Amino acid sequence: MSNQKEEIRIGYYVCHCGHNIAGVIDVKSVAEYCAKLPNVVVAREYKYMCSDPGQELIQKDIKELNLNRVVVASCSPLLHESTFRGATSKAGLNQFYMQMVNIRENASWVHESKEEATEKAKDLSRAAIHRVAFNKALEKKKVPVNPTALVVGGGIAGIAAAMSLANAGKKVYLVEKDPTIGGYMAKFDKTFPTLDCAACILTPKMSSVLKHPNITLLSYSEVSEVEGYVGNYKIKVTRKPRYVKEELCVGCYDCITACTFKEGKFPDEFNFGLSKRKPVYIPFPQATPLVAVIDEKTCIHFKTGKCPQTCAKACERNAIDFTQKPEVVELNVGVVILTTGFQPFDAKKASNYGYGKYPNVFTSLEVERLVNASGPTEGHVVLRDGVTHPKSIGIIHCVGSRDEKTNKWCSRVCCMYSLKLAHLLKEHSGAEIYNFYIDMRTPGKGYEEFYDKLLNEGVQFIRGRVAEVNDWATTPEEKGKLLIRAEDTMIGMVRRIPVDMVVLAVGLEPGKDAQEIRKMFNISCSNEGFFLERHPKLAPVDTFTEGVFIAGACQGPKDIPDSVAQAGAAAAQALALIDTGHVELEPNTAFITEERCCGCQVCVAMCPYTAISFDPVKKASSINEALCKGCGTCVAACGSNAITQNLFTDVEIMSEIDGILIN
Amino acid sequence: MKYLYFPGCSLKSSGRSYEESLLSVLKKMNVGVEEIDDWNCCGATNYMAMNERNAIGITARNLALAEKQGKEDIMAPCAACYMGLLKTQKYIETEPKVKETVLTNLKKSGLEFENTSKVRHPLDIFINDISLDTIKDNVYAPLKGVKVACYYGCQLTRPYATFDDQRDPQSMENIVKALGGTPVEWPIKTRCCSGSMTSTVSEIGLRMSYLILKEAKDRGADVMITACPLCQFNLECFQGKMSGKYGENVKMPVMYFTQLMGMAFGLDKKELGLHRMLSPELSLS
Amino acid sequence: MTMKSTQNNLPLQEISHESDLDKNFGKHIAKMAHGEKLFGCIQCGNCSASCPMSVYMDHTPRKIIAMIRAGFRDEVLSSKTIWLCASCYNCTVECPKGIKITEIMYALKRDAILTKNYPKGFPIPILSRTFYNEVKRSGRINETSLLMKYYFSYNIFKSLGYAALAIKLFFTGRLILFEKGIKNKAGLKQMLSSSKN
Ligand code: SF4
Ligand code: SF4
Repeated sequence: MSNQKEEIRIGYYVCHCGHNIAGVIDVKSVAEYCAKLPNVVVAREYKYMCSDPGQELIQKDIKELNLNRVVVASCSPLLHESTFRGATSKAGLNQFYMQMVNIRENASWVHESKEEATEKAKDLSRAAIHRVAFNKALEKKKVPVNPTALVVGGGIAGIAAAMSLANAGKKVYLVEKDPTIGGYMAKFDKTFPTLDCAACILTPKMSSVLKHPNITLLSYSEVSEVEGYVGNYKIKVTRKPRYVKEELCVGCYDCITACTFKEGKFPDEFNFGLSKRKPVYIPFPQATPLVAVIDEKTCIHFKTGKCPQTCAKACERNAIDFTQKPEVVELNVGVVILTTGFQPFDAKKASNYGYGKYPNVFTSLEVERLVNASGPTEGHVVLRDGVTHPKSIGIIHCVGSRDEKTNKWCSRVCCMYSLKLAHLLKEHSGAEIYNFYIDMRTPGKGYEEFYDKLLNEGVQFIRGRVAEVNDWATTPEEKGKLLIRAEDTMIGMVRRIPVDMVVLAVGLEPGKDAQEIRKMFNISCSNEGFFLERHPKLAPVDTFTEGVFIAGACQGPKDIPDSVAQAGAAAAQALALIDTGHVELEPNTAFITEERCCGCQVCVAMCPYTAISFDPVKKASSINEALCKGCGTCVAACGSNAITQNLFTDVEIMSEIDGILIN
Repeated sequence: MKYLYFPGCSLKSSGRSYEESLLSVLKKMNVGVEEIDDWNCCGATNYMAMNERNAIGITARNLALAEKQGKEDIMAPCAACYMGLLKTQKYIETEPKVKETVLTNLKKSGLEFENTSKVRHPLDIFINDISLDTIKDNVYAPLKGVKVACYYGCQLTRPYATFDDQRDPQSMENIVKALGGTPVEWPIKTRCCSGSMTSTVSEIGLRMSYLILKEAKDRGADVMITACPLCQFNLECFQGKMSGKYGENVKMPVMYFTQLMGMAFGLDKKELGLHRMLSPELSLS
Repeated sequence: MTMKSTQNNLPLQEISHESDLDKNFGKHIAKMAHGEKLFGCIQCGNCSASCPMSVYMDHTPRKIIAMIRAGFRDEVLSSKTIWLCASCYNCTVECPKGIKITEIMYALKRDAILTKNYPKGFPIPILSRTFYNEVKRSGRINETSLLMKYYFSYNIFKSLGYAALAIKLFFTGRLILFEKGIKNKAGLKQMLSSSKN
């Protein structure tokens, strides 16, 4: 079969991976088996091939035994392919002469029978040994990295990441879909466990973003198209029309005062509908940028065309422009950090808690606004009627968390923010507060101490998941109240607790648009829909797409300190990439043999990365190597067999299959 | 439109008026009904407490008999029978070992079983097959100003039924509205009435049924309607006893939803089995 | 949990020794109830709180799950809780971990009957048994004969309390004295499995 001129000399190495592989697979017998296969010069087993002595073993063999091919049977190439390629090239052999076999994820971890797993390890190894003889020497291409960064999402994580990069002297574009940056943190009153004022620590950061010479803020904008590859992304951002010229508006509120609507009439998003706004509005006084926005869904001009446009007349700077259209800006960036955040669980889905049915059932976010001195009630805790002060309040944890019917995961922040709200509600209203929790989770610096403080403040804690909230009064004292029914599991008795107000501690979910963003940036999501990190421990802010990093709650529920820490980590990773100045591209790209191409252009339409173009002069297609991601679609699609893919040539694949079949 | 009818034991005895009113109302709307030949008891909650394979077995016999008789959907008006039939189908689908025993046992008495029938509750049929519009068209005496507490009890919407919301079902409310009446909003319409505990541990059973009646009364209901013979029995037959025991008059008309439909359709009282009721009569002025 | 009495007749609860527990009980019940998920219980008590019967039970449903898992076999099987379960399925549809608590209660009832561990003199198991035999005999339930038999085996005097109701039902045609049962009684008998649970 082999038609090479050179003599093939293969070294085969099977790794124990401690007990991970050797606990199931009889590595010794695999090595013995492989030693007898054609072209194999040496076959060894070793405890940890990835360790320094393991790698040295390979290098020594290459030199002393004159090996020209290496096969390592161990874990996933995702983890250690680069390690073993490195070891191979250090010994002077082209790194692509090394072939890896995954006998951990594909055999020892997934099979119970030791015999069968061992047989499978032999089969897979044999396939690789057959194939490696045909592997070609390839070189990695170097391309320069554009030193500009894109940060998507202007919550606290995005702000922190953008500031780190900008302070390091890099140019940053920060894209935010809302009219202002600040995200959820801007709506909070205090932060746990220190109880410092959220606005006081956040708003200075927001204005630094705006003032920073290295940051270009694109608010009220969304990424609409992504092209390119690590180091060289081309991003299209759609700027939604504000109908107010950003460069002219100074945020003086004149237009808002002058609007034909004398009072606010539409639910104010910033206050979760607890107050009303006009069609022209500024989300909140420290909004960044401080620019008015006109909501076309509620503005009379857009609905009927018959508005006197008092706003436009009132604006001395002539900033209002009803003719604005969505505008697309093109950005060239080298790296991307996604900080797109979360969305809160829709409390209506937990219908047993009566949100939307009983007016005095609130979500935790609504209460954040209620206790906020700059909120709709100026910090007065009142019921939905706007006047009554509650005398008793029940806070229900885990709403839309730890529940197979809604979201299975723990949302991580609710215990702590519920404690915070309990404290603030008690402070603001003097009401009796009950916390209903399943398990109290306070793993953070100063968090357990905060719980202890609450216990001693006289807040009541009942360990039990609330079954329902309703208005079924069975005694005179219960009349007119909301009844919370839960088992006090510590006592082993079911309790009915009448309260005036119920607060639902809603959990965190992947953002509404997470799937769209995932597709655009070609990254993965975990089962629950949060963005997937490259490695949960060792690469927590990397993704499987090089040059795209993630930080904050888009990766999973997390609190402010963790989001900020992750943002810093993502910024550091991005900086490392930028400062390297170039990236090496995997040579797994496809190329077209012109003579064979019949010019049918099937491949052009098929390529998901628009890497193929047709040359009408040559009457043949060609592939832009920089854009090709090596997905193989065109290779399979080409009817003329004109396309070849490096690392996956026909002979490589066929010999691997042969290796499996021939025993 | 035709259905294979599985009455269950209660509809032939204490719940006779449910059968009478249901069949009369369906007849008025030209819906055909054919009783399943030689059906047996569904086993209620007691069979499962004794022997799982036999509990599933006897119910599967009914499903097998229905399959033999025709391809139409099965109509099961008793909530316990309805739930039991759905549960049996689910077990046969998901528990291969149970399925094996049950199929072998059925074979012993000469029955084949493929588990292909659809089991429906009359409420599901009224809303989704017959439609609220047709119900509206049949109304002769609208229930103007009548406040109705719709009581579902437990097994009608839980855990297998899918025709309505499990926590806050609306089927009966929608029918009441179609009849021109006003449904009462109340929070315990799917709370259990205690089932057979009114006879076994009556101190508990009576209290549970009492709480339901009291709440409906407190919310201003003129009448309560039910869709299960056991709920109906508990809420209808012990009103005097409860009123005495708990010192609060909870007497009120409690009837099957089909009886209320029949009244609005202008059907004869006797046809609806209204002469058999032990709770106060609902007068339509 | 063995109870001892002190001099003053105070119940003295001893520590539960691991050797007193039936370590296989959890697996056994999970198998009977087709519910391995029982081991995923987070002891949140949602079942107890949604249960309309829990206030009358000797152990709440949540506690029963914990006791099953830990192996408190005798205490669980002889509890009134399992017989007070009305099979209303509220717990099952509300459990955040998808545990089929109602089916577990059924499995416990069956196990208690099999091992003769049910609380003696408690009416509900007696009704279940009477019901079971009645269906076995005739294929249908005749409420009159069911209740007669049940009261006879439980407490004859209790039936007197229901005499007035029985008369009313009789005169409204709702009490059937003779139930012929199904036609194919032999067939039904044949198919009733000899399997024990
Ligand atoms: S509701 Fe489910 S998880 Fe919670 S205690 Fe009951 S069985 Fe366990
Ligand atoms: S099924 Fe049984 S244990 Fe569950 S809620 Fe109903 S009565 Fe309680």
